[in-house]
Amino acid sequence: MKAYYSLFKMTLIKGLQYRISALAGVSTQFFFGFMFIMVYQAFYLSNPATQPISLRELILIVWLQQAFLVFIMLWFRDSEIINLITTGNIAYELCRPTDIYNFWFAKLIAQRLSRAILRCFPILLIAALLPFPYKFTLPDHLTTIILFFLTLILGLIIIVSISMLIYISMFYTMSPTGSLLMFSVLGEFFAGLTIPIPLMPDFLRNLTYMLPFRYAADLPFRIYAGNIKHDEAIISIGIQLFWILLLLTVGKLWLKKALNRIVIQGG
Amino acid sequence: MKIYFKYLKILLKSQMEYRTSFILLSTGQFFVPFLIFISIFLLFQRFPNIGGWSLYEVALCYSIIHIAFSLSECFARGFDSFSSTVIKGDFDRILVRPLSTIIQVLGSKFEFTRVGRFTQSVIVLIFSLSNLSITWEIYKIMTLILMVISGVFIFVGIYMIGATLSFWTIEGLEVINIFTDGGREISQYPLNIYQDWIKKFFTYVIPFGTVNYLPLMYLLDKTNRSIFMLAPLLGILFIIPCIFIWNFGVKHYKSTGS
Amino acid sequence: MIEVTHLSKNFKVIKKVKGLRSSLRTFVNPQFSNIKALDDVSFKINEGEIVGYIGPNGAGKSTTIKIMSGILVPDSGSCQIMGVTPWKNRIEHVKNIGVVFGQRTQLWWDVPVIDSFYLLKDIYKITNRDFKHNLDLLTTTLDLSQILTTPVRQLSLGQRMRCEIGASLLHNPKILFLDEPTIGLDAVSKLAVRNFIKTINKEKKVTVILTTHDMNDIEALSNRIILVGKGKILMDGSLTELKNKFSTEKIITIDYTESNEVINITGSKILTRTKERISLSIDLNKIKVSEVINLISQKFEIKDISVENRPIDEIIIDLYKEYQV
Repeated sequence: MKAYYSLFKMTLIKGLQYRISALAGVSTQFFFGFMFIMVYQAFYLSNPATQPISLRELILIVWLQQAFLVFIMLWFRDSEIINLITTGNIAYELCRPTDIYNFWFAKLIAQRLSRAILRCFPILLIAALLPFPYKFTLPDHLTTIILFFLTLILGLIIIVSISMLIYISMFYTMSPTGSLLMFSVLGEFFAGLTIPIPLMPDFLRNLTYMLPFRYAADLPFRIYAGNIKHDEAIISIGIQLFWILLLLTVGKLWLKKALNRIVIQGG
Repeated sequence: MKIYFKYLKILLKSQMEYRTSFILLSTGQFFVPFLIFISIFLLFQRFPNIGGWSLYEVALCYSIIHIAFSLSECFARGFDSFSSTVIKGDFDRILVRPLSTIIQVLGSKFEFTRVGRFTQSVIVLIFSLSNLSITWEIYKIMTLILMVISGVFIFVGIYMIGATLSFWTIEGLEVINIFTDGGREISQYPLNIYQDWIKKFFTYVIPFGTVNYLPLMYLLDKTNRSIFMLAPLLGILFIIPCIFIWNFGVKHYKSTGS
Repeated sequence: MIEVTHLSKNFKVIKKVKGLRSSLRTFVNPQFSNIKALDDVSFKINEGEIVGYIGPNGAGKSTTIKIMSGILVPDSGSCQIMGVTPWKNRIEHVKNIGVVFGQRTQLWWDVPVIDSFYLLKDIYKITNRDFKHNLDLLTTTLDLSQILTTPVRQLSLGQRMRCEIGASLLHNPKILFLDEPTIGLDAVSKLAVRNFIKTINKEKKVTVILTTHDMNDIEALSNRIILVGKGKILMDGSLTELKNKFSTEKIITIDYTESNEVINITGSKILTRTKERISLSIDLNKIKVSEVINLISQKFEIKDISVENRPIDEIIIDLYKEYQV
């Protein structure tokens, strides 16, 4: 356990060093948040009929998406792991007395955490100082916040478990391009990052509910915004746990198989 | 100019050594933006218009800026990804060759996979034009072409500024994305839907407004001031200060060598 | 041909720190420190010379090369290369020089070598006649004919280095800068590279300036060395001068027919002695090698003699120690 903790801490410190990069990221994401909000605002202006999600709720979701972008992006890649696999240097990792799956998992979580820590507070803080309707506000109930954080963390685990599958697939494809592409294109769409899930047509919305992606991004944010009520949130946590269990099991088994293949081939 | 095409040829040849990756990336370049357009399309199923512009009009906006973006990313990739050139120390090599640095950087990299993004933009363009009733005359077609050229020049100008920054720092360059990706995202909708300061910034400072919004106002009969048609010409001028900034950066590099 | 006077250059770098707390502190308030890369450096190089520019890592070697090739502008001092200041008239200047960075490639990685050569032909605006002539010459002398159609990424390091050197000579440069040209090469390739450098220096009168850590390069190639350390020139002279100045002893080994005669020569010290062989170290300040041999030949029937210098690597290490670089 100590090894994972050390790796976790090292990655975290490394991530914290990139301060200018963090500042740049904050400004970029802040700008994009603003832009998305204005686009939605203009759309909502053209049709006064009630939509499945209010503009106000949408604005909160946009800010959260921007603040926690590194939690939910699938295209975020770790070149070190990619190199290990494609160059065959993975053999050295195998010599270490640690479980590769857990080792990488800890590293990937720490990477996303360190970046998010630097970025989420400034974005949300500035957004909280904006005038209405752009203002970022706290929800009315403490329960909402607790449910938000719980689902957010579980969501992070889901995303990292999915990205582990991308890395493992590279043992077969030897290039990150294909799987990263497929996952990130469809993953982002079905996570509700290009169009908010409540605004999708019914059949698409139903489809997203059957895939894991929305449970990492759409769910926690809509809980925060109040678009998903507490009882539904609790059921969704159950579904999140189900996905985590499934993805972790599949990932571990698949990695084991992939590694066996390497050992046999002597690659 | 001749030398630029030689660079183009040799790098195309290099790219073809990696066929699978090329096809995969091009496919990605097709679908990533295409899903954005699908999203716009879906939003228009719930909302009738945005800022008074219909789906087909927005599609025209979208396709022009995406065509310009894909072309600039393909042909000016050397500036867009210049920080890696600096990190690897390859800029030294550029300095010991008897050619202008701009030509050499332009020629150092091409991103042919942008053919995917280009294709999807053309599809959206056709989708849009076949649903809009514009009477096409030669000067309108010229305007359309000028719009794309102006867009390419503006994007390239921004890449050059970003590349110049990497002489000072390679950290935090993603802030340039506000103007490249951000400029592209902003201008896929008509500028009038945004707050005044954004509209002004993207008209007068970084003139994306001259690429599609202003000339389209005229082409789509939203104004009768035909002068708007000439706006893209002003957008092209944006490149001039960028060249000065680049030259200044090269001078700095030569005094620090970092 | 090359005249460098009072060249100085400083660099500013951010101090790196360890640990979470210190990295948070640098986060807020980064610390800078100044590094003197070059400190009042002057030298002159004439046409046709081969100059070895040596010194430990961080001594200022590559800074000097960068200034002379027009990549870097110095803080003060002047540099005239064939009448041009490199950093003032970059394009004019670089037409006359060829540069090989040993660790980096100037060839296009994924295409055959010959394609890179053709592109360089256009970049340097080489006429068809010159190009053909040079290509033929380089192909034969560097033995490139087999590898010209191979993509660069498939070449071995030695093959690649031969192509790199060929590429930097296509445009008939008057001066060639070689930054560690033999780094990582096997013995055969090293020899080939050295021979070629000698050839073009002799036949085309190309002035060569090379930095290296391999003293065999220097011994094989250069009639002159410039030793730098901590941004200053420590020594500028011929290799023999260096040896004479810093190597005041030689080792003589003599084989003779069996004898037990006593040997006692002032200025020499017996290292080993058997019935048929003796090894002496001689202090050149006190006695000449020929005198020692003379003395020995009076008492012994000599079968074989060998005289050795101290290896140049050792001399250089001593030098570094002496100047504390």
